[in-house]
Amino acid sequence: MTVLEQPGAYRPTPPPGWQPRVDAAPLLPDTEPYRVLGTAAAADVSPDLLTRLHRELVRGRRYNAQATALTRQGRLAVYPSSTGQEACQVAAGLVLEDRDWLFPSYRDTLAAVVRGLDPVDALTLLRGDWHSGYDPHAHRVAPLCTPLATQLPHAVGLAHAARLKGDDVVALALVGDGGTSEGDFHEALNFAAVWHAPVVFLVQNNGFAISVPLAKQTAAPSLAHKAVGYGMPGRLVDGNDAAAVHQVLAEAVHRARGGGGPTLVEAVTYRIDAHTNADDATRYRPDSEVEAWRAHDPITLLEDALRDRSLLDDEGVRAARESAERFAADLRTRMHQDPVLDPMELFEHVYAVRTGQLREQAAQLRAELDAEAGEAGKGER
Amino acid sequence: MTTAVGADTARKPATMAQALGRALRDAMAADPSVHVLGEDVGTLGGVFRVTDGLAEEFGEDRCTDTPLAEAGILGTAVGMAMYGLRPVVEMQFDAFAYPSFEQLVSHVARMRNRTRGAMPMPITVRVPYGGGIGGVEHHSDSSEIYYMATPGLHVVAPATVADAYGLLRAAIASDDPVIFLEPKRLYWSKADWSADAPERVPPIGRAVVRGPGTGGRRAATLISYGPSVPVCLEAAEAARGEGWDLEVVDLRSLVPFDDETVCASVRRTGRAVVVHEAAGFGGPGGEIAARVTERCFHHLEAPVLRVAGFDIPYPPPMLERHHLPGVDRVLDAVARLQWESEWTEGSAAR
Ligand SMILES: Cc1ncc(C[n+]2csc(CCOP(=O)(O)OP(=O)(O)O)c2C)c(N)n1
Repeated sequence: MTVLEQPGAYRPTPPPGWQPRVDAAPLLPDTEPYRVLGTAAAADVSPDLLTRLHRELVRGRRYNAQATALTRQGRLAVYPSSTGQEACQVAAGLVLEDRDWLFPSYRDTLAAVVRGLDPVDALTLLRGDWHSGYDPHAHRVAPLCTPLATQLPHAVGLAHAARLKGDDVVALALVGDGGTSEGDFHEALNFAAVWHAPVVFLVQNNGFAISVPLAKQTAAPSLAHKAVGYGMPGRLVDGNDAAAVHQVLAEAVHRARGGGGPTLVEAVTYRIDAHTNADDATRYRPDSEVEAWRAHDPITLLEDALRDRSLLDDEGVRAARESAERFAADLRTRMHQDPVLDPMELFEHVYAVRTGQLREQAAQLRAELDAEAGEAGKGER
Repeated sequence: MTTAVGADTARKPATMAQALGRALRDAMAADPSVHVLGEDVGTLGGVFRVTDGLAEEFGEDRCTDTPLAEAGILGTAVGMAMYGLRPVVEMQFDAFAYPSFEQLVSHVARMRNRTRGAMPMPITVRVPYGGGIGGVEHHSDSSEIYYMATPGLHVVAPATVADAYGLLRAAIASDDPVIFLEPKRLYWSKADWSADAPERVPPIGRAVVRGPGTGGRRAATLISYGPSVPVCLEAAEAARGEGWDLEVVDLRSLVPFDDETVCASVRRTGRAVVVHEAAGFGGPGGEIAARVTERCFHHLEAPVLRVAGFDIPYPPPMLERHHLPGVDRVLDAVARLQWESEWTEGSAAR
C-alpha cells in the first residue's frame, strides 16, 4: 500500500508523466557469483591467457610473501597483503590497454606491478621514502590511494576528460568492500552513470574492512546490487577465479570503450593474511573460516583447470615457481639497499614556483644540514 | 610584474560578478583545456550569474551542470586535471564546500608533492565567501583559515572589480590549485576600470597599497583583503580628520603571503591593524600579526592589533551587522594604537 492508497488519504490526480527512467532488470546482478574455472566455460578460455594468469598468480603470491617478510625485517613500514586476492589483482593488472588508466587503493600494489610497474617503485609509499615512487603517467597508474574511495571520482574525472578529448581511454578503479560505504563511492558512481563515463569499478569484497565484516558494512543483497540505483549494470563474480574476473572485467572495459558507460563489478574473495602486519586477525575471525577459503585458493583453482586441459604439468608448476623465486630474490636484494634521500627535496614539489616562505625554510634546513655535516666532519678528524 | 591580456575595450564589466564571468569567458576562449563545472553553472549561469552564458557559448561539455555533490565535483576535477584539463570548479556557497574538504586536503593540495611534480593540479576552486548579504545559516562563512593551513594551495581574495578579473585569470593560468575566494557582498560593487585600459593580470602573491599615506601626524597600516578592504578604505578616510595617516594594504593573496609589501608599509608607519571577517581566534590575523612582529619588531610603536569577526558561528542575518568588523571597530583599534601615551598599565588591566 502506498501513502496515496491509505484510507482517507487525499488522492489528487496521479503525478503527470512519471515513469521509471530505465528497466532495472538488465542492470541487476546474478545472485550467484559468475564462475569459469571448473565449469564447461573454462574450455573456451584461450590457453595463452590461462597460462599468463597462472604465471602472474604464482609470482603475485610470492610477491605478497616477500613484501610481508620485508615488513618483519624493518624494510617496509607496513604492507597490506593481497594474498588470497591475487586473482583480482592479476586480472585488473592485465585487462587494460596501455592507454587506459588504473586507479589502485593502498592494497593494490600487485595490480600495479602486474601492469608493469617496477616492484620497488610500487613499494616506495609503504617503505616511507616518498609518497609515490613512480610517475603516474609512465604506466598510467594513479598513485596508490590511502584515503578510502577517494580515487574513484578521480577515475571518473579522468575517463570523462579522455572522452571529451576524443580518446577511447578506459579507467579501472579498485576499491574494497569497506570503501563502498564512503560518500565518495556514491558520488563517483553517480557521476560516472550521469556522465556515461568509460569507467569500470571493481570492488574486491574480501570479507572485512580491517575487522568489520560485510554484514556490518551494508544491508544490500550484494555490493553489485548497488549499481542498479545509479543506473549501471552490476556484475557479481567469483574473485578467486582469475579467468572469470578477467572475463567480466574485459567485458566491462569493452562496454565502456564502446560508449556503453560504467559498470560496477563485485568480486567475492577473501583476505588470507591479516589486514596488515600490524593487525591481529584472530580477534575477529575463526581459523576455520580462513581454512575454508584456503580450499578455494585462486592458484589451485587455476592449476586444476590448466591440468584438466593438459596445459600444465609438474614441470610447468616448478618453472613458474622458480621464476617467481628469482623475482623475489631480486626484489629482496634491491629492497635491502638503503634508499638515498635528499631532504632538500621536501621543498621542491609543494608549488610550481617556490613561495617566499618556503625559500626561507629551505635555507634554514640547508644551514642545519651543513652544520650537521660540519659536526660529522669534525668527528671523523 | 603585471601583464596586459588584451585591450578589448568593447564592453568593460560593470560589476565584480560580471568581471569574474568575463575572466572565465576569456580564459575558456584562450585555452580549450579550461572547463567550468559545478552546481547550476550551466543553464542558470550560477546562483550569482557568474557563469552566465558560458554553457551557451562553449557547450555543456565545457561548462557543466554536475550532480549535487561537492566531493564528486572536486574529485572528478582531480581526474580531469590528471588528464590535462584545467577545471574551474564553483562551490555554490562557502559552507557547502565542506563536503569536498577531503578531496581538497588529501589530493588537490598534495598531488604535485606526492608525485614529485609529475602530476600538477591546475584546479581553480571558486568559493563565494563571507557575509554581509543577509544570507541564512551556511551562506556567509569565512573559511580562509582552513585553506591557508593546507600547504599546496594558493589562496586569493580580490577586493576590486579589476582584481577580480585579473586574479581569476591568473588563478586559472596557475599550474597549482588556487582557492579563489569571491567576496559575496562585493559581487555588485561597480567597476573602477577606465574604459580603454587593458585588463591586467597581477601575479598571485603580490599585495598592493591602496590609499597610501597622506602625511598626517600619526601613521598606521591597515592590513586587509577581500570584503574588508572597502571597510578599511572608509576608515582611513574617516581617520584623516582625526589626524591619522592610514595606509591600506590589500593583500589580494593570503598564500603566498607578501611579507615584503606588508613589512615595507609597517616599517614606514610603525603601527598595524589586521582586519578580516573570519573569527579572530586562530584566524588569519594571528598569523599575519606574528609575521609582522617577527620582521618589524624594532619599527613597531604598538602591538599589532586585530579586528576580526567574533569567535562565534556566523550569526543569523538580522544580527550580522553586530558581528562584521565595520568602520567603527577599525577606528577604535586605530585609537588604541596610541600605545605609549594612552595605553597605560591601568587601562590594559581594565
Ligand atoms: C577515509 C579513510 N578512513 C579510514 C581509513 C583507515 N582504514 C584503512 S584500510 C581500512 C579498511 C578498508 O576496508 P576495505 O575497503 O574493505 O578494504 P580492504 O582493506 O579490505 O582491502 C580502514 C578503515 C582510511 N584509509 N581512509
